[in-house]
Amino acid sequence: MGYLPHTVQDIKKMLDAVGVERVEDLFEDVPESVRYPSILLPDGLSQMEVAGLLEAVSQENVPGAKTANFLGAGAYNHFVPPVVDHVLSRGEFYTAYTPYQPEVSQGTLQAVFEYQSMICALTGMEVSNASHYDGATALAEAVILALNQFRGKRRKIVLCPGVHPEYRQVVHTYTQGMGLVIVGESDCYVDVGRITGSIDENTALVAVQVPDFFGEVNPLTPVVDAAHAHGALVCVVADPISLGMLKPPGWYGVDIVVGEGQGLGIPLSFGGPYLGFFTTREKYVRRMAGRLVGETTDRDGEPGYVLTLSTREQHIKRDRASSNICTNQGLMALAAAVYLSVMGKYGLREVAELCYHKSHYAAGEIDKLAGYELLSRNPFVKEFVIQCPIPVEEINHHLLHEYDIVGGFDLEQIYPDRVNQMLVAVTEMNSKLEIDDLVQGLSEVSG
Amino acid sequence: MKEPLIYDLSSPGRHGVTMPEPDVPLTELPADLLRDDLDLPEVSEIDVVRHYLRLSQRNYAVDRGFYPLGSCTMKYNPKLNEDMARLPGFAAVHPYQPLETIQGALAVMYEVQQWLGELSGFDGISLQPAAGAHGELTGVLMMRRYHLDRGDEKRTKILIPDSAHGTNPASTTMSGLNVVEIPSDDRGNIDLGALRAECDNTVAGIMITNPSTLGLFDENLEAVIAMIHDCGGLVYGDGANFNALMGIVRPGDLGFDVMHFNLHKTFATPHGGGGPGSGPVGCLAHLSPYLPGPIVGANLDENGEHMPGDYYLTMPQKTIGRVKAFYGQFGVIVRAFAYVLVCGSDGLRHASEMAVLAANYLRVRLRDTYHVPYDRVSMHEFVAEGHFADAPDIHALDISKRLIDYGFHPPTNYFPLIVPEALMIEPTETESIETLDAFAEAMLAIAREAREQPELLHDAPHSAPVKRLDEVAAAKNLILCCRPVFNVDEGK
Amino acid sequence: MGEWKTPDDCKYTRTDEWIRVEGDEAVIGITDYAQDQLSDLVYVDLDDSEIGASIARGSAFAEVESVKATSEVAAPASGEVIAVNEQLSDTPETINEDPYGEGWLVRIRLSDPSELSDLMDAAAYEAYCAGRE
Repeated sequence: MGYLPHTVQDIKKMLDAVGVERVEDLFEDVPESVRYPSILLPDGLSQMEVAGLLEAVSQENVPGAKTANFLGAGAYNHFVPPVVDHVLSRGEFYTAYTPYQPEVSQGTLQAVFEYQSMICALTGMEVSNASHYDGATALAEAVILALNQFRGKRRKIVLCPGVHPEYRQVVHTYTQGMGLVIVGESDCYVDVGRITGSIDENTALVAVQVPDFFGEVNPLTPVVDAAHAHGALVCVVADPISLGMLKPPGWYGVDIVVGEGQGLGIPLSFGGPYLGFFTTREKYVRRMAGRLVGETTDRDGEPGYVLTLSTREQHIKRDRASSNICTNQGLMALAAAVYLSVMGKYGLREVAELCYHKSHYAAGEIDKLAGYELLSRNPFVKEFVIQCPIPVEEINHHLLHEYDIVGGFDLEQIYPDRVNQMLVAVTEMNSKLEIDDLVQGLSEVSG
Repeated sequence: MKEPLIYDLSSPGRHGVTMPEPDVPLTELPADLLRDDLDLPEVSEIDVVRHYLRLSQRNYAVDRGFYPLGSCTMKYNPKLNEDMARLPGFAAVHPYQPLETIQGALAVMYEVQQWLGELSGFDGISLQPAAGAHGELTGVLMMRRYHLDRGDEKRTKILIPDSAHGTNPASTTMSGLNVVEIPSDDRGNIDLGALRAECDNTVAGIMITNPSTLGLFDENLEAVIAMIHDCGGLVYGDGANFNALMGIVRPGDLGFDVMHFNLHKTFATPHGGGGPGSGPVGCLAHLSPYLPGPIVGANLDENGEHMPGDYYLTMPQKTIGRVKAFYGQFGVIVRAFAYVLVCGSDGLRHASEMAVLAANYLRVRLRDTYHVPYDRVSMHEFVAEGHFADAPDIHALDISKRLIDYGFHPPTNYFPLIVPEALMIEPTETESIETLDAFAEAMLAIAREAREQPELLHDAPHSAPVKRLDEVAAAKNLILCCRPVFNVDEGK
Repeated sequence: MGEWKTPDDCKYTRTDEWIRVEGDEAVIGITDYAQDQLSDLVYVDLDDSEIGASIARGSAFAEVESVKATSEVAAPASGEVIAVNEQLSDTPETINEDPYGEGWLVRIRLSDPSELSDLMDAAAYEAYCAGRE
């Protein structure tokens, strides 16, 4: 195998130095009855064979790149400028370790510092960490921050039904041993009044999503006011592409903004690796989990970057740490930094507006079809809900086989009252031609 | 030479990417919801390319040289794996696509579940956890749920050896359980006497890193596992050090109930400057219903054969729930799959053997110069002490920083906590004997310098892009963002 | 090494806090040994919201942080907090420079002065520190 450099002579030289005869002698501490089991894995293949095999397996998928893709629901088919993957392919970045030795990690550290700065600009917040596994786990960490802020005295979390259902499930998983009350998510429709009504003096955090899972931009001010009136913190789950045009949550005074950064130059890749961004106010920085890069100077007074406030983290605080997180999504944070740099001040706005115009065009055309109705009543940026005449699964089957179109998300799977409702995502990647095909395809299955 | 921040390269009006004009009729924008400013850089594409290329050159990396970082398994990251993860049929697939359009992706995940199980002796595997610590949280939550499900509510104690990674106690606390630390004995094993004293009906389980962070296979392992099982507890394996054991022994055969793998250590996927990792969890049959999901199932015919098109996603019956959105770090899983396909079972075993041989070779080459407190046959790593009685002002950190001048990345410092001035060295199997010898020579030269020219060590590194950095100033005077921040109270 | 100040007018805990009684009040801080072990302090988690709170002997009421470690500070005796040293949020290094003076953490009104009797005196604490080196 080409990955190992040791010749027979090298092995002999090392064995002699160690003073054992055979490699097997090094494993005498392993109980003999279970040592050297037979492992039923295939024999190794050449790189050429593996490349051929995986190429073939990959073609059993229908990639969004080849088809028109109208599926979103938390992962989006956005344009990735080629420069992003070229930077990510630098061995100096992707084969580097976590920057614990700052003198030889300035590249990673400065890139993360720039990432933090750009994420703060995007969200309107004061501090960003170096990232979490994904948007869902970032939300779970926001819940933990809030619990710690109130030193465990407030035990209630209000989760809006418009927060991505899988994110809510992850919050439940993370907090199952913490004795919390989680309320607010049983509805199928977002009702701001019901959310604000469930906030009380025992509430540590109110979490809402903007745009919500159904694509709509609900007003944030009533939620922030109600939460702060009761002393609770507010977390917004935000879509970073929508923030190219929308006022950022930070401007509304929210305490934490998290989200899924996949849209920022990261491929769909069947659900991962993605990028959980996490931002908050400076006053909560010591309660924030995850790695954090700060600026400082070296012995010659030159600027440089280091991981800072690491005493918050598990390797120092051990059982007193509020989170066990160690690994971040370093390379994905780099992707986001490169993406935001190359898109810049105007490019991201253009992407957001393209999504806006195309999704509104699509929504308008579908709304005209007999048997279909646009249900989204609040403003939306790139996603909307349509009422369909027949089950979404049947429609999607038709779209795939007749038009090579991956249709929208079937909301009934998650929200049982939303019978025959489809969540449609339209991004800058969808041409008018594709949208017209989608509309045509829908019209053919009007029941 | 310093590299300016990307914002400092900004010039008003410059564009990196031009997006196409809308090809649909325009819709009026919702004026009251729009931001009037987005403080991102204005740079051209070449600015971006040169900036990040120059930043990359300020990094050390496996592709540049040797990384003897204990517990991190910085092995070579094969380039084939990078290409495979970027195949459009993998990279451009949406996680919610209909089953019939994702059979290739599910086939990869199914195969990886199968061979991780085969390699470890576990019955159930979930690929969902995103990293090692995430896998630990998953495993501890599964143990907790297992006991609760049996009505055994008093089991709230997790025993953790004092040599453990900090993630072990932190994961325990996050799960709502309590940590009890168990000391090591003078051979670096878990102290059986201390363990026995804690074994009662409040033990939920133990978390064992084996080989331990001292690089030792615990000589008492069978006794430890028996003792925990006898008192009704479960045994968690921290798979951070699984690179010593592939094809050598299966944790399931040893009696571990649940364990996480680090694909970014053992299975050669890159560390990415801090991530993404991937931390699949494996377990024996009695814990399989508690795994997070969804996981991939396959419809098999009567001969146990499955056909393409027969893969599906399923949630284990009593699952602890999802630990992240979607199914796992799929791109990382593809890389690991490509690695295993190249290695095969013999190749994986050989990799572990060579990793262990290389560590022992370095241990023997260095032990007369650097005190090795637990000096017996090690597994894939060993721990030396980075200080000398006749050079009391020299610390492990000085030795580490001086190694940079010799062209090597430092070993892991100050861990495990039970060894003073620890230097934890893990060479991995992908380094040649010439590299190992060059590293050993550098370590010996530094030991001489420590006595003769200690200032060379104190002031090191001399050749890095920056000198030693002021971490106290960084923590005291926090600068975490280079831009003016929106002030809520002032509204600007 | 082994050169830590241990003023005679203080009593000491095994977790390295000192307490100085002044009438029915007492001042609390961390010892010279503790600050030396922690090295340069960068943050003290203590604010005036603690004023009026009652703290129980042995329970943590503040946290001090260096670049190496964080450490909880436990109350050597029970009482009601009547003042906190607010200077420390801006200048945590004061604790390194003057742990028994300007680096004090809180002032409390003692609820049970008899609790002090089983704390160490200066000589006992000095021996205790030496024993840990």
